[in-house]
Amino acid sequence: MSPIQEKGMSLIVKTVTKLTVGFILLYGVYVALTGHLSPGGGFAGGVIVALAFIHVMLAFGKEVALRRLRSQTLRVSIGVSALIFLYIVMAGFSGRSIFNCEITIPICEMAIVGFGLFAIFTALVLLSKTDKDAE
Amino acid sequence: MIEINLLLIFMIAGALIAVRVKDLLSSVIAVGAVGIALSLGFLILKAPDLAMMQLVVEILSLIILIRATIRKDIPFSMSGGWTFNTSATIVFLALFLAVAFFALKGMPVFGNALMRVSGAYITQSPALGAKNIVAAIMLNFRALDTLGEATVLFTAIVGVLAVARKIGHKKES
Amino acid sequence: MSEYLLCLILFSIGLYCVVRKRNLIKIIIGIGIMEYAANLFFVLAGYRKTGRSPIFSADQQVLNMVDPLPQAVVLTAIVIGLALTLLLVAVSIKIYEKYGTFDITKINKLKG
Repeated sequence: MSPIQEKGMSLIVKTVTKLTVGFILLYGVYVALTGHLSPGGGFAGGVIVALAFIHVMLAFGKEVALRRLRSQTLRVSIGVSALIFLYIVMAGFSGRSIFNCEITIPICEMAIVGFGLFAIFTALVLLSKTDKDAE
Repeated sequence: MIEINLLLIFMIAGALIAVRVKDLLSSVIAVGAVGIALSLGFLILKAPDLAMMQLVVEILSLIILIRATIRKDIPFSMSGGWTFNTSATIVFLALFLAVAFFALKGMPVFGNALMRVSGAYITQSPALGAKNIVAAIMLNFRALDTLGEATVLFTAIVGVLAVARKIGHKKES
Repeated sequence: MSEYLLCLILFSIGLYCVVRKRNLIKIIIGIGIMEYAANLFFVLAGYRKTGRSPIFSADQQVLNMVDPLPQAVVLTAIVIGLALTLLLVAVSIKIYEKYGTFDITKINKLKG
């Protein structure tokens, strides 16, 4: 096994994570998209998406999770979705926007919250890593 | 409503343990128990949106607090002016509770909300295509409020990434 | 009435923790407890005894459900509380890295 595979938790946790993380992501998107019919909404869905990525990161170590979702992708998607969100809300003053609000607002919220919280978690983990090296 | 009273007593016990215990990891886990009890309380008070949100947010903040406090459970000293500080704090809290007790008499009795504002929201929201009225208020009637919330969260993300960046850190060491 | 009082006692426990404790993580925990109590107070104020959860159905009347407006406000407040906790944790980890302690009186002394 390569040294990257050795990191993280035990084999049982890794196998269960491989099986379940797709379903957790799917559930997060479902909660975000059906927020107007049932309990949920963009923010709850976004936090669930962030928890799915954090789950991968805790089980496999930070290299694997960051290889799947690069830092540049995180920043670009947070920025673009924040701009689309701002545009939609400001277009409410003129009365008409080019997007469908009921779909786009939850997707944008989900992107901001999910990717943003995962970026915060990554930054905090990297921060405590340097702390450990200093000790 | 005996259930919500029992849950509140459980939450107070959890909060007391979280305040009094010396070990930081035990304290963080006790405050996690308080948050999960709050999620159950939202479910009893007929707020399923809030219950889901509180559960998910509690898990995330618990993970991050544990990452922050792990291997750092240093004992901390209480020195200098202990009696004065504690007595001043207790007098302050007693004043706060007394004033709040008199202010509670102006509120409607528990279980009889007035619903003067939200009556209009409830009657208008089915025409907008949203069955969940909380989501209708957040996305239609008060969308600017949601924009402010997203702005606060975005600012917090930028702030954490700026505080925790590595560039300045390496130059110092 | 007793629900409101218990909620205020929970708030004052958090306030005691913020005012009296000297550890940064304990202060963050106290702010979290105060936030829980404030959120719960809003939802308690909007509760109706005969109400259902605020999801629309066919035989709906205005006085038939709990008040949805405090729930929408609290949903905003929960997210802001999460952002506040994250920012405080990041700053306190940075302080621990610089001074080697979470004790705020020692941090004051080191600063001079």
